[in-house]
Amino acid sequence: MITFIELLVNGISIGAVYALIALGFVVIFKATEVVNFAHASLLLVGGFIIAKTHEALGFWAALLLGLAGAAVLGALIEFLVIRRANVVNHSVLAIVTIGVDIVLTTELTRQIGTEVLALGDPWGSEVLHLGAINIPLARIAALLAASAVIAAFLLAFKYTNWGVAMRATAEDAETAALMGVRRGRVSMGAWAVAGALAALAALFMCIFPTPGLDRTVTATAMKAFPAAILGGLDSTTGALAGGLIIGVTESLVGGYQGELVFLGRGLGDVAPFLVMIIVLLIRPAGLFGTRELARV
Amino acid sequence: MNVHDPGPPGDSGLTVRDLAVSYGPVTALRGISLDVPRGSVVTVLGGNGAGKSTLLRAISGTLRFHRGGITAGEIGFDRARLSGAATSAVVSHGVVQVPEGRKVFARMTVEENLRAGALGARDRRAAAEARERVLTLFPVLAERARQRAGLLSGGEQQMLAIGRALMARPKMLLLDEPTLGLAPMMAARIADTVREINSQGTTVLLVEQNAAMALSLASHAYVLEVGEIVLSGPAAELAESDEVRRRYLGIGDDRDEALLSGAAPARPALTRWSA
Repeated sequence: MITFIELLVNGISIGAVYALIALGFVVIFKATEVVNFAHASLLLVGGFIIAKTHEALGFWAALLLGLAGAAVLGALIEFLVIRRANVVNHSVLAIVTIGVDIVLTTELTRQIGTEVLALGDPWGSEVLHLGAINIPLARIAALLAASAVIAAFLLAFKYTNWGVAMRATAEDAETAALMGVRRGRVSMGAWAVAGALAALAALFMCIFPTPGLDRTVTATAMKAFPAAILGGLDSTTGALAGGLIIGVTESLVGGYQGELVFLGRGLGDVAPFLVMIIVLLIRPAGLFGTRELARV
Repeated sequence: MNVHDPGPPGDSGLTVRDLAVSYGPVTALRGISLDVPRGSVVTVLGGNGAGKSTLLRAISGTLRFHRGGITAGEIGFDRARLSGAATSAVVSHGVVQVPEGRKVFARMTVEENLRAGALGARDRRAAAEARERVLTLFPVLAERARQRAGLLSGGEQQMLAIGRALMARPKMLLLDEPTLGLAPMMAARIADTVREINSQGTTVLLVEQNAAMALSLASHAYVLEVGEIVLSGPAAELAESDEVRRRYLGIGDDRDEALLSGAAPARPALTRWSA
């Protein structure tokens, strides 16, 4: 039972981090209808900036710089690539983002090399003891920070002019333009927000119990992709639910791997994708996604 | 119908000169010139595919959403040049469109739709005033404030679409077939509303297939056919012309001549499909 609770809390904490990444996917998809495969590289950039600057600036300033850096990079990708690409089909833009991802990831992995970079977070490897239950402080920080940021994001999405403009554009870009909404600004804002969310996720993916930022972190980040898909690519609620489902699944399957050994090792890494496939078989638009309606 | 002063010089309302629009290789409008003087209601009549919506897209700068563009001519409003301007710039010059088919944001609430309408205008106090005005004009929108717009009836959605456009405090309203698909009672209400909005000082360009309704509202009318203006003149004169009666009022030819003797705005239900 104690193991179960520990695994569950860990799973929720990881899930909240996946939800941050998935929200970024969803925001970009809603604003521009582009599936952003460059998301993992935004995350890597954010983490890299934090890792490289925390010694000189201190952790909190480095964190801010990382968030800002990833946000600026996101906005630049939108401004220099997505906006210029004069294509009608959005799947072409999705492939363009794969190109952007390859360029950024290749350069960063070259910079990182074989090193494992510490991010200089204040939580270290401390563990919180609640009776018999032991939970790393870093996981609790991840859970709290991610929840707070997600809540702030959802409130902004619902109540600010930015959120209204964003949702109006997502629903009908032409009509939103008739209201005076500047589409370029909306989509640039979406990319910037997604970048900042990714950078925050990078922090929590690279601190304890993970040894630090290394070149494989983009692969881990890709696990948020099934989270966004299974929640429904155009639903913020879906991103949250999807993130938590994937996080908890991964944690539980990984933790009980011993009992599931007949299925082979490394099941924890595969489980998120299995869950995604099963959900999509039953609900093709994801748990909260909008079904494509075709009227004849 | 409406007698209005022409306004100070330089504030000439909307002027369109020799406008041509094409979607790729397809020419949709040719040599269109029209004027909508300040404070007036002007209507553009025409059947499906005549180019009515294209004209409004050209004015609002939304042709690019349909892969079209202005190939010749100019559009001006007061002293500003609208042709070539971004849609948001057109809105900030005070020219706001209510698109065909209402296009309310179905997944957002009525309140949020109204809020979206004010996005182009930055002034908060002005937005609150505009909101007051809209809710006075359409009290039903206040009752339904928290409902999703997609759940409203067709007529209520049209009211919301007009109300949303008024949130930007337009000097000029472009209406694209506001009575399309509405029951006659509701269409008459929308017509009254348009009259009311105009009497409060907003210039109106009304694009319609429902010629009887449009001609009763407008002071001046243009008839658009396959991308060109084929007729124009004071609305009252056009309403009397045989050409318009036959084509757009569903009177004459094979139709029942008895309709002619009916009351003036007899609502020949078939007019909208007849062109």
